[in-house]
Amino acid sequence: MKSKSRKAHIVGVGESIYTKWGGIQDKTQFQLTAETIATALTDAGIAVAEADGLTSFSNDANDAPLMAVTLGLKQLRYSAMVWGGGGGGSAGSVAQACAAVESGQAEVVVAYRGLCQGQGRRFGRFGAGRIHGNFVHPYGLFAPAQMLALLVQRYFHETGGDPDSLVEIALNGRANANRNPRAVMRDRELTREQYFASRWIAEPLRLFDCCLETDGAAAVVVTTAERAADLDADSVEVAAAVHGSGPGWGSGPLGSHNMPDEDYATSNSKLLAQDLFNRADMTPSDINVAQFYDHFSGLVLMALEDYGFCGRGEAPDFVKSGAIRADGSLPINTSGGQLSEAYVHGMNLVIEGVRQLRGVSTTQIADAQTCLVTGGLGVSPTSALILTR
Amino acid sequence: MSQRHEPVIYPETRFYWDGAKLGKLMLQRCAPCDAPYFPPRPFCPNCGSRDVSAFQATGRGTLHSYVINQLPAPGYEPPFTVAVVALEEGPRMMSNIVDCPPDPAALQLDMPLEVTFEQRGETTVPQFRPATGSAA
Ligand SMILES: [Zn+2]
Repeated sequence: MKSKSRKAHIVGVGESIYTKWGGIQDKTQFQLTAETIATALTDAGIAVAEADGLTSFSNDANDAPLMAVTLGLKQLRYSAMVWGGGGGGSAGSVAQACAAVESGQAEVVVAYRGLCQGQGRRFGRFGAGRIHGNFVHPYGLFAPAQMLALLVQRYFHETGGDPDSLVEIALNGRANANRNPRAVMRDRELTREQYFASRWIAEPLRLFDCCLETDGAAAVVVTTAERAADLDADSVEVAAAVHGSGPGWGSGPLGSHNMPDEDYATSNSKLLAQDLFNRADMTPSDINVAQFYDHFSGLVLMALEDYGFCGRGEAPDFVKSGAIRADGSLPINTSGGQLSEAYVHGMNLVIEGVRQLRGVSTTQIADAQTCLVTGGLGVSPTSALILTR
Repeated sequence: MSQRHEPVIYPETRFYWDGAKLGKLMLQRCAPCDAPYFPPRPFCPNCGSRDVSAFQATGRGTLHSYVINQLPAPGYEPPFTVAVVALEEGPRMMSNIVDCPPDPAALQLDMPLEVTFEQRGETTVPQFRPATGSAA
């Protein structure tokens, strides 16, 4: 057992402005990220130079050694990055930060992500750097939406679920974003009619089933319970944080699709969810509110089942019942998520989880005591954490 | 329009592409497990054994999943179908579905498919089409 006094807590959060793709041109992605890390440390009431650890994920271009110099850190004791593409490692980068402080390797670790898609290669489009294997790209498959739609297509076939249920995930995100002044889509309403009139990106995924392309940065500060108690900041305990994968997913939807049959049409979260709930000593019924990684709505549907909120094939009816809405039994993606707030590879979802437990969300769930946050779904590794207070 | 991508061939995958050139769809099988697997690698993904050998697959499979790709890709004219084929032997692999319109009405999941081969520059790329009963 780890000492309770070193149990990881999130004590600060920072976000840049969020804009549409290419909206941030007056500073570099690196500078934006550095400023956001500083904002998070200031929120925690910790001097920027006191941070001694930095974590990120998915080949983050804002590398920690240079970041430590830019921020003027007095000593860097820990730097790490979770492998994998997209946002699979978002909660995993927080898990790394937790591991660092709980093991005593560092005291104050910032997990961060900065993403100005207008300044680099555009995700989701063919690029020379995106080579997922010689048994995939010769067939003209390059974009995550298309790769992951293959799982969603099979899911509806195997379960007989209603693909039109995906609209509920899109409408929920947009309704929550319309209450969130930071959301890129704050002023844009979305109707059921607009959703069904939108074009296929990769059937069964329509335009509004796919995350935004945005610029922005987000960061969270992790330290020990002991240190958190000395700060004025409103701290939130990380009950558990994990990253990992089921078997065979390394050649999963971004590759040759040879994961086990029973895992095919899933979010690659079944084993991870068991570990997460065991480590947190909780069950799905203990979760008050959740932030699911909504790069594509169909993966959220499968994750609702993989995390145990409903049985196999039941997620379409679950979302149609209104359960995921703000007044439902499991409100999800209360900031608008990546479909409607911003796409910062999931770090903005971690921050929304903290806001819920601090009681300051723009779609606040009354008396929220626990929040599940997932990393990118249907990829390897994926990740998740449970926040509590 | 640029050319369709040719695969990069590595020592571990050469048997597969050499087989395709001869009109054979190649898989590997682990001797201890007696289980076929894909993609090519010299380790059994089930038990880690290196006692593996290549063999010719039947070329028959079913449509496990597909997506009608609307995005541009080198050498392709959207829309086109990208599919996951479940081979008769068990492993899955990606393919286009040729000789078939990119239309959901023509693409029923679990429908039978058969291998065919596309010449692409110096290499031959396995492809699948709706089964005609005359598989290569
Ligand atoms: Zn074996």
